[in-house]
Amino acid sequence: MSALESANKIKAKFGDLIAEPTEFRGEITLKLADAEKIFDVCRFAKSIGFDYLVDICSVDNYGEDPRWTVIYHLRGVANGQDLRIKTDVSEEKSELPSVLPIWRTANWHEREVYDLMGIRFSGHPDLRRILMWEGYPYHPLRKDFPLAGKPTDLPGVAFTKVTPMEGGPFVTLPSSSDSIAREPRVRVPEGAERAVSDQRLIDGKLK
Amino acid sequence: MQTQTEIGYNSKVEGDVVLTTVDAALAWFRKNSVWPMPMGLACCGIELMAVGASRFDISRFGSEVMRFSPRQSDCMIVAGTVTYKMAACVKRIWDQMPEPKWCIAMGACASTGGMYRSYATLQGVDNIIPVDVYVAGCPPRPEAVLDALIKIQNKIGTQPILQGTVAAKLLNLQEK
Repeated sequence: MSALESANKIKAKFGDLIAEPTEFRGEITLKLADAEKIFDVCRFAKSIGFDYLVDICSVDNYGEDPRWTVIYHLRGVANGQDLRIKTDVSEEKSELPSVLPIWRTANWHEREVYDLMGIRFSGHPDLRRILMWEGYPYHPLRKDFPLAGKPTDLPGVAFTKVTPMEGGPFVTLPSSSDSIAREPRVRVPEGAERAVSDQRLIDGKLK
Repeated sequence: MQTQTEIGYNSKVEGDVVLTTVDAALAWFRKNSVWPMPMGLACCGIELMAVGASRFDISRFGSEVMRFSPRQSDCMIVAGTVTYKMAACVKRIWDQMPEPKWCIAMGACASTGGMYRSYATLQGVDNIIPVDVYVAGCPPRPEAVLDALIKIQNKIGTQPILQGTVAAKLLNLQEK
């Protein structure tokens, strides 16, 4: 049985809730209409061989409705099949059922999605931040959060500052035309030419 | 039975005696047994292990005793990316180290945040603790870390230890 056949089996079980499987470069994706049903779909997927949850990730469709897309990457270790299940979650709700009872590895994946995107998982026993420090007030992977970060301070716990992004040697430019122009290491950092000329001045004075 | 100790010139020890000040002798002891606190936070930590292993052999400089307890170490080597989440731990471990203490910021990340220009990374560990030597590199060669250690040793060698302390005053009293 191929991954497409497995996907069709899931589609047949849940009917209109799931759109027709799409295939792109040999990878099968199922789109689930109702995020509340994700637990049932995943439990059925596991029962037909998808015993490994590779990852859970989330997308911020900023400016669109629904805002969030949550994506589950499944794999059947025994049969070597891969399957992707997508589902949309609205910003007002920002919550969907946890799949932790099906795959225990979902624990940390769901904590990561909660930490960086702010989507909650109902039924998760320990929904704490996993990468940022406890008490950090933002969800930094959202599109409306600046890459440089925002200043915060929680005395005795931790703090963050705004990262200087201008002129640094490691800052990529998203608007550059090609990958060579985008590559930070080929650019002379801002201020570096000035430093060289200053050094020449000093050398000149010494002579 | 107690034997009489010979006072004055002794041909047996002549030639093995070095005259110095107490301060210089103590600094010499101190700088040749700097016990590092390996704060391995990223890939620099792997290179730091190479510094300690046989090929580069940090024990040639008396610093092979990597202590994983801050209370027993003199020199924190911050090797790797300091995230804001880890920054609180680094600061706390630094505060737990007894004086006198020194700090090496190993590699681009520990020195400046390196290529991690983002909301999650502290832009240089000198935002939270004082750094004595910055080592460039991503990660630095082990020789560069040894060079930083030698620079720390030179610094320790010039720092007065007893001058102005209570111990120095007591010694002066005894001399008077």
